[in-house]
Amino acid sequence: MSLFRGRRILAGAMTLVAAAAMTACGSKTTDEASATGVTADVSGDTVKVGLLNSLSGTMAISEVTVRDSIMLAVEEINAAGGVLGKKIQPVGEDGASDWPTFAEKAEKLISEDRVAAVFGCWTSASRKAVKPVFEKNKALLFYPVQYEGLEQSPYIFYTGATTNQQIVPGLDYLKSQGAKSVYLVGSDYVFPRTANKIIKAYATANGMAVLGEDYAPLGSTEFGTIVNKVKSSGADAVFNTLNGDSNVAFFKEYKPAGLTAASMPVVSVSIAEEEVKSIGTQYLEGQLTAWNYYQTTPGAANSKFVAAYKAKYGADKPTSDPMEAAYVGVHLWKAMVEKAGAFDVEKVRSASDGITFDAPEGLVTVDGKTQHIAKTARIGKIGADGLITEVWNSGKPVAPDPYLKTYPWASGLS
Amino acid sequence: MTVLFGQLFTGISIGAVLLLIAIGLALTFGQMNVINMAHGEFIMAGAYTTYVLQQSITGAGLSLVVALPVAFVVAGTMGVLLEVLLIRRLYARPLDTLLVTWGVSLMLQQLARDVFGSPNVQTRAPELLTGNVALPGGLTIANNRLFILALALAAVAALTLALRLTPLGRRIRAVVQNRDLAAVSGIATSRVDRTTFFLGSGLAGLAGVALTLLGPIGPTMGTNLIIDAFLVVVVGGIGQLKGSVIVAFALGVLQATGEYLTTLSVAKVIVFVAIVAFLQWRPQGLFTLRTRSLA
Repeated sequence: MSLFRGRRILAGAMTLVAAAAMTACGSKTTDEASATGVTADVSGDTVKVGLLNSLSGTMAISEVTVRDSIMLAVEEINAAGGVLGKKIQPVGEDGASDWPTFAEKAEKLISEDRVAAVFGCWTSASRKAVKPVFEKNKALLFYPVQYEGLEQSPYIFYTGATTNQQIVPGLDYLKSQGAKSVYLVGSDYVFPRTANKIIKAYATANGMAVLGEDYAPLGSTEFGTIVNKVKSSGADAVFNTLNGDSNVAFFKEYKPAGLTAASMPVVSVSIAEEEVKSIGTQYLEGQLTAWNYYQTTPGAANSKFVAAYKAKYGADKPTSDPMEAAYVGVHLWKAMVEKAGAFDVEKVRSASDGITFDAPEGLVTVDGKTQHIAKTARIGKIGADGLITEVWNSGKPVAPDPYLKTYPWASGLS
Repeated sequence: MTVLFGQLFTGISIGAVLLLIAIGLALTFGQMNVINMAHGEFIMAGAYTTYVLQQSITGAGLSLVVALPVAFVVAGTMGVLLEVLLIRRLYARPLDTLLVTWGVSLMLQQLARDVFGSPNVQTRAPELLTGNVALPGGLTIANNRLFILALALAAVAALTLALRLTPLGRRIRAVVQNRDLAAVSGIATSRVDRTTFFLGSGLAGLAGVALTLLGPIGPTMGTNLIIDAFLVVVVGGIGQLKGSVIVAFALGVLQATGEYLTTLSVAKVIVFVAIVAFLQWRPQGLFTLRTRSLA
């Protein structure tokens, strides 16, 4: 066989691989809108809810744990008699770390399974992909992860932190520790890019220098150059908005480069207990995180949550902020439905304002206007045992401000 | 200066990774002309071997040392099985080989997902490899990168010597240069093919072990690497090891430089454009194997 023949065929093969990759990214058009929305099927003695998380792909490391804690909340509610006398029947779908798949599965859960609410999504890209699906069908999504703010869909409840409950306190903490310059590292998609825009506005207003800004494609595992740039910048701290497995590769590059938590601390906003476990504490000890909940957060509600989770999934399984927010989301939905006396989406929405829940992170209150929740901001330090201990908290729940209207420096952002 | 040196070393270490993942392919694709799309999954097998060994061997350093030969044998054996069961029956049909091995690659990915779960897993690195060598002037060289560079160079050296000096190497070269003449001269070509495939696949296993020091281990890790590996072999010139070595380091330095001056995504574009331009100019690759064969 001639060498050149083999080459031509190889070229064909590479096109094939590339084409396969492209189809995975191609968007799938959803069916035409029904103006009235799809009503949930609550005729039987059960009520269906949708669980939409990535069980495969680069985000699975994080999203599987969220699925587990949603299931825990569902079981707890069912054991206590269900919602309005109906048992919850969960319908699970795999978003496969692929945003069009999320939109497709959301449509399926709403139109075919006719669920009363959907719990899930992690990356902002997946939330942005499903948002029009929920708005078109007038269906409810409970989104459990901290995000970049600047959004307020009437059909999404945001149970994770918005920027003024996580990123801004993180920056305040760095400033209070004397950091005069930061380097921004993030994954290349909507959350890190928007978050960094906010961080830059904050830095300008607070006399902090941003010495550099680098993005890696989601799933990227080659961080030699970025770490080299970070190191030579001599910044006081790194603000890390990488998501998923890229964190593993980043920290496996960071420590061997001779950078430590003492010489150049990294504040991460997407590394919780589960990720700490899989990256390895040998790379992370002493680094900082910004969240609203840690497994070590004191309180009876948290002891109960941690014990129940470990009993169900294993003693070695940690609990984390997004898991807690997802768990809280299910309980808040139950409380809203019961206050409304119906599963009807509009009634649930108008009943939501002021609903409180004694969550593992402390008392949380739903703000009906923004559909976000008031939560306490907490900065933590990663310990050798893989747990995160709090080094600072905001003292009281911070009211959500997704558009940062109460911060003068943020006026140019939205 | 520090930055320049750091970037040069980053480029060389990216090159070392490229070299490690491409060197096995330089044997099976470069020497035997078999397009094995499952090569990336042999890398994955090597990485998971490290993970499995670490479950039973607690010392991170010891498990890494043990993983190197074990992963070589595991991936090599998988390669031989693939060769004996499928590829051998398709030697004259390259397009079928390509599709079949791609199918095998998908099956192996699913198998990994079923056995190890779809979330990626990690290994612990020995404490020594998380440190660095400090040079005068504030320069540092990360130990894990140094280890990978040494491993890549050792693999190339061992393979070159084996091909040049051993009877097996002579037989492999004879079969590559003229299969029919080798066969009539009394060389058992099918046995030589099997051995070549064992070596090429085993080297993929070694690459897998090395990659556990840099990033996560997952079912799709091989897919992400296979295109890079093929590029190195094609640009380097089929049938030659030295071409792959030079191209791996050149692409590594180009990637690192491009990334430093622009961003990671733009650097990838620069590298691909450079490759396309190069192949327009020299479609046969950097080096060509001259033979008197008619094929």
